[in-house]
Amino acid sequence: MKYYDKLIFELSRPGRKGYELPENKYAHDAMAELPAGVMRGAEAELPEVSELDVVRHYTNLSMKNFGVDTGFYPLGSCTMKYNPKINEELAGMPAFTQIHPLQDEKSAQGALELYYNLQQALANIAGLYEFTLNPYAGAHGELTGLLVMRQYHLANGDTKRTKVIVPNSAHGTNPASAMVAGLEVVEVKSKPNGSIDVEDLKPLLDDTVAGIMMTNPNTLGMFETEIMEIAKLVHEAGGLLYYDGANLNPLLGKVRPGDMGFDIMHINLHKTFSTPHGGGGPGSGPVGVVEKLAKFLPNPRVKKNADGSFSIISDDESLGSISSFLGNFGVMMKAYAYILTLGKENIKNVGPLATLNANYIKESLKDDYLLPIEGVCKHEFVFDGLKDKSTGVTTLNVAKRLLDYGFHAPTIYFPLLFHESMMIEPTETESLETLDEFIAVMHKVAEESRTMPDEVKNAPLTTIVRKLDETTAAKNPVLTYRQLKG
Amino acid sequence: MPHTEEDIRVMLDKIGVASIDDLYADVPAEVIYRKEYDIPSAMSEIELRKHFEELGAKNRRLTCFAGGGVYDHYSPSTVAHLLARSEFYTAYTPYQPEISQGTLTYIFEYQSIISELTGMEATNASMYDGATATAEAMFMMVASAKKRNRVLLSATLHDHVINVVKTYGKFHGVEVTVVAEKDGVSDFEAIKSELAKGDVAGVIVPTPNKYGIIEDYTGWADAIHAAKAYFAINADPSALAVLRTPAEWGADVACGDGQTLGMPMSFGGPYLGYISCAKGMLRKMPGRVVGATTDADGKRAFVLTLQAREQHIRREKATSNICSNQSLMALYATIYVALMGKQGMREVNRLACDGAHYLYNRLIESGKFTPAFPGKPFLKEFVVKTALDVKALNERLLENGIMGGLDLGNGMIEFAVTEKRTKEEIDNLITLLLA
Repeated sequence: MKYYDKLIFELSRPGRKGYELPENKYAHDAMAELPAGVMRGAEAELPEVSELDVVRHYTNLSMKNFGVDTGFYPLGSCTMKYNPKINEELAGMPAFTQIHPLQDEKSAQGALELYYNLQQALANIAGLYEFTLNPYAGAHGELTGLLVMRQYHLANGDTKRTKVIVPNSAHGTNPASAMVAGLEVVEVKSKPNGSIDVEDLKPLLDDTVAGIMMTNPNTLGMFETEIMEIAKLVHEAGGLLYYDGANLNPLLGKVRPGDMGFDIMHINLHKTFSTPHGGGGPGSGPVGVVEKLAKFLPNPRVKKNADGSFSIISDDESLGSISSFLGNFGVMMKAYAYILTLGKENIKNVGPLATLNANYIKESLKDDYLLPIEGVCKHEFVFDGLKDKSTGVTTLNVAKRLLDYGFHAPTIYFPLLFHESMMIEPTETESLETLDEFIAVMHKVAEESRTMPDEVKNAPLTTIVRKLDETTAAKNPVLTYRQLKG
Repeated sequence: MPHTEEDIRVMLDKIGVASIDDLYADVPAEVIYRKEYDIPSAMSEIELRKHFEELGAKNRRLTCFAGGGVYDHYSPSTVAHLLARSEFYTAYTPYQPEISQGTLTYIFEYQSIISELTGMEATNASMYDGATATAEAMFMMVASAKKRNRVLLSATLHDHVINVVKTYGKFHGVEVTVVAEKDGVSDFEAIKSELAKGDVAGVIVPTPNKYGIIEDYTGWADAIHAAKAYFAINADPSALAVLRTPAEWGADVACGDGQTLGMPMSFGGPYLGYISCAKGMLRKMPGRVVGATTDADGKRAFVLTLQAREQHIRREKATSNICSNQSLMALYATIYVALMGKQGMREVNRLACDGAHYLYNRLIESGKFTPAFPGKPFLKEFVVKTALDVKALNERLLENGIMGGLDLGNGMIEFAVTEKRTKEEIDNLITLLLA
């Protein structure tokens, strides 16, 4: 196929049009009478293209992309499960997309009911009391959850609780969210298996601690077996437990975060509940809390009234608002459809089959790849690169070589606990045949690293573009077409 | 879930355990959930569709004359069709650029388009929404203005923007001062006296403002910069095709909500927030940025760049925790603007502006409405005053399938008109309002 390399601006021809609008029937050119001083000087250089130009251009661009629909995406911590098609269609129903967020609530009862039902379902699945669906993404959920934590302590007059404990194996957003929330991060050490070192935790738990952020299973995919002890210690010290829902998938059907003692959590609907990642968003990061924290959730909230109708309410004790309206409603619709499709009968298989898939890959590859922690993992696990380090082939090289074979790369160089981390998460939606193909290719790359290491180090060799010059891109950033054409 | 009984057996054998439950043997028994979740039984597509149709029937699709930051613009059919390409929507963040050139290219185009509209040199790959983008603009200014920790917000910003910025400011330790408006516009004299206190990091104002008024910021940039503070403008990007740009007003940062670039109202989201800035502030800009580069064979290609600023590298030293963008909505905005082009973006504004003024003039002529802010220029949204009962008026409109103007209290009502509203719909609205 012909290599396509155009920008929409490069297709532009003065006077060409890609739209039709109704005839202007107003006798009066009101825009011409606006004061010249508030009007734009030089015109914006926007593309002038036909509809077919646009269709071909973006169709060609789409073909330069790899998605879950293209192939296996074993990206650790990202839960790249299949995105069911019916969900896309339902989320596009005009009965939902054509309603204004400030519409009178009696004319938006269906939307409010959906929000409420999803909120309730998530609360039950999480073992918590109430969820807000307003946060737009996982990191936004983390921030919101930490603000709930702060608002709770402030409401108790406990102003000195400004520290949050974060494991050194945590997702990078955890400490960054804490910083935005105005909290000071205190790192707690991990044991060699990635679990929190309880002995290291104990001395940190004083009356300045607002809480702890954890994920369970942790970022190595290992279950924190001492979770009940940790919860007891943190609660005794007056702190709250925050659960980073990035790793919720293996627990679906098996364990509820609320039952492990967590007070606050966020869920990534775009991970656990199958809404598409969209090339980086829009996501949705609902936050759930135990009953005593519900009044601190962000405004606005959706309530069910005694007569069965739904209302939008604001609470004076709330932390405030963190979104323009009620969040990414269009994303919520897809997660709701996913939950209803699974139903109570099938949702309980999600976690176990995700865990089965991960363990199967781990056991099948540990002869060629270095498994730093033995034992059963949950939905994901980490290799510390190739077992045979003598070839000089790195995790990055392996990742790039996988692209040549039509697989997406795993998450690499995270967690930071190992030098050559390679984090693999298959999800439950992949079949045994797909896993076997992936395993075969991983073995082949390990073999190539012994027999033809230079080729592997130069990978990818067959993708539409090859290794990119990232240094020049950062040193001399070219960020717009205007700048590019000079 | 594609697993057959036989598959599961093969896999368990390989792992060396007898049952799937054994994979959870490390989990304390007391936390294993043994009950069924309290959610409905599995639905087939037929049942699911019916359920959504029933819920949808409880919403009412109204002829919309409301704005307040969200507008009923039209988006050509082509946009939704192209967005449905699953190579776009089932992709993750483009961390592997060799197989993500589709995403990276459209983000580069998006950055270019927003930079054209705002007139600013750089734009990031997008934020969650206009309100959170404005909060991030606040952080950018505070990070740039050393040792100053106070930001001034004009009260003419939309209420939902002010509320979100206040929340972010309160917890992060940035003092947010909302400076009262004067006659429906930002109060320059009041801002100047706040600036004189010497502790202001930045000033944020809107265009058009929450009343639809196009404010005049002549002299603002000089006054703000003389006080060693930064200047941010929250602007409607669609309107910037015709209005004086943040760059032309001398702003250092532009931010706002991309919903007006044809995005469905969708009960509040997803939309996108944008942030643009002058080159000097580039390294303080949060979020992802795509840059042009070349590959090993010299081909032009695009890549995420300037990542040293981001949370996954800097962790608690980062200035923002955002680790995604509204990528698919950035694609939405890009395709929308590509289709509308130079002429279309102008024509959309012209239709909305002419329609809004037609409605405004008819209402004033009727004698039942008076201008709330006489003589102030507006584009597609305006406020009028009336002695009539606004609540009752809106009820009557609702009965007729119309979402009336927003009730601002004290007999003030705010109408918005887009290119989607026909002259006939406006005439019908007027008839109902005057009935």
